[in-house]
Amino acid sequence: MDITELTVHELMDKLKSKELTAKEITKAYVDRIYEKEKDVQAFVTTLTEEAISKAEQIDEKRQNGETLPEVAGIPIGIKDNICTKGVRTTCSSKMLENFISPYDATVTEKLNSQELISLGKLNMDEFAMGASTEYSYFKKTRNPWNLSTVPGGSSGGSATAVASSMVPWALGSDTGGSIRQPASFCGVVGLKPTYGLVSRYGLVAFASSLDQIGPITKDVEDSAILLNIISGHDEKDSTSANIEKKDYTKALKNDVKGLKIGIPKEYFGEGINPEVKEKLEETIKKYKELGAIVEDCSLDIADYALATYYIIACAEASSNLGRFDGIRYGYRTKNFTNLKELFKNSRSEGFGAEVKRRIILGTYVLSSGYYDAYYKKAQQVRTLVKKEFDKLFEKYNLLLTPTSPTVAFEIGTKSNNPLEMYLADICTVSINIAGLPAISIPCGVNSEGMPIGMQLIGNHFEEETILNAAYTYEQATKFREKYKPEFKGGAK
Amino acid sequence: MQVSREELLHIANLASLNLKEEEVDNYLLNLQDILNFANIVSKAPVEGLTETIGANDNYNVFRKDEVRVFEDNEALLANAPEKERNMFKIPKVIN
Repeated sequence: MDITELTVHELMDKLKSKELTAKEITKAYVDRIYEKEKDVQAFVTTLTEEAISKAEQIDEKRQNGETLPEVAGIPIGIKDNICTKGVRTTCSSKMLENFISPYDATVTEKLNSQELISLGKLNMDEFAMGASTEYSYFKKTRNPWNLSTVPGGSSGGSATAVASSMVPWALGSDTGGSIRQPASFCGVVGLKPTYGLVSRYGLVAFASSLDQIGPITKDVEDSAILLNIISGHDEKDSTSANIEKKDYTKALKNDVKGLKIGIPKEYFGEGINPEVKEKLEETIKKYKELGAIVEDCSLDIADYALATYYIIACAEASSNLGRFDGIRYGYRTKNFTNLKELFKNSRSEGFGAEVKRRIILGTYVLSSGYYDAYYKKAQQVRTLVKKEFDKLFEKYNLLLTPTSPTVAFEIGTKSNNPLEMYLADICTVSINIAGLPAISIPCGVNSEGMPIGMQLIGNHFEEETILNAAYTYEQATKFREKYKPEFKGGAK
Repeated sequence: MQVSREELLHIANLASLNLKEEEVDNYLLNLQDILNFANIVSKAPVEGLTETIGANDNYNVFRKDEVRVFEDNEALLANAPEKERNMFKIPKVIN
């Protein structure tokens, strides 16, 4: 048995039956990291020794008859923009290269209280700005399905680590598709929860009205288990939803009979790769076979939504990233004679090109003279996007689209053309603008064996609906039994 | 809208960023490209629509204003690029 091939729910069963110990599990993942990390470059910080000693402590507690949470002793990877006390949180930026958070994010506290074991912090586009993880200050993460392609982004390290079985599951964050698109590129499951379901306290802010933390996992059941752990109201995040906590695993009924699925035709038109489209059409057929009621519908907002997304996200980023000034923490320039120079040079030297580009764009759309034309207009479009979704959810339980118009692209092909990189987010951004939940699950591979993902979009706080629909499809098609990454292709 | 060189430098200054000479042309090009694309929002049918400022409808979330002491000053100051005694150190502001 290869331990690292197992899902978390399978590992939990084996812990419960005492077939495996936390140490055996953790050791297997540590060995796997030693084997694969050199090829895929997913980690910014590894915590292999710490993880093994934590696993030993957990095994000892279990042996002494202590009652522990069911997931206690399962390892996990954490995206490097989620604060972890005593461990570097870099956002893959030179600005925070040596930043050690003095406190834990709420989600980190929740992982700790379940006695999950952190294997380390995962690479990302700098400050989560990107769709390929090529904008990391430290390294370019590679896609295990083809090492010359990108893993997607910005949670590319998290998706690669899960797809490479270097961690059984991971946390990512999603501002415009940063969980779903890398999950799609890497053939794993990525869930962006409803805005407000998971606390953002301790998540380094990119665009506060869009950011959400969510699970990246091998299968849908694991996604539900991790969502159970991280969701819940938090008074430290004023946008956190004060709603009753649910058990999402109970939603996995393996039945979609009578479920109404809308297919927004605009997401299957021009710009969608023909192989992606073909695979999605097979998926739609499968849902019909499984008893769902599938209908075409219209959601003619994709272009508006993308433009609106970049206006709002950059505006919020320009404000959020104002805190990096070289005074209390983060990079400080050596080259200054006064305070203004200290600010300017620290920021200019500490931020990478894409981050500066977005700060400039955000400052521009907020500046006097352009505020009404761009920012105010974008906020009105945001209302329009929400209304269009509301209309569809009066009729349908969920919507189905591709997660990305293409499969993973070659490293270096988009990194010098910002607008083209932005267009990679066309299928995912409107969900963040409307604050909806959406999940990406693999639905097949193209002729070159690269994974294709579908996105299921639900109404606010209806994670149960999309999890169940994803689960039912997964049980009927068994992607993981048919395909796995082969680490083929070489570094370019 | 056409962005001028002067305007870009003004915006960069507002954002406390220096742009190197060779960066300016590149950023100018990118910014123009992105803004041309973003202009599509001016064509959106938003007549009479209000502005949405957040993803949910929360408005004024209150809690009691209670002091909570953060004990670990050392961990906070450990991240400071420069410090003296228990304080962050910055260059002299007033002559």
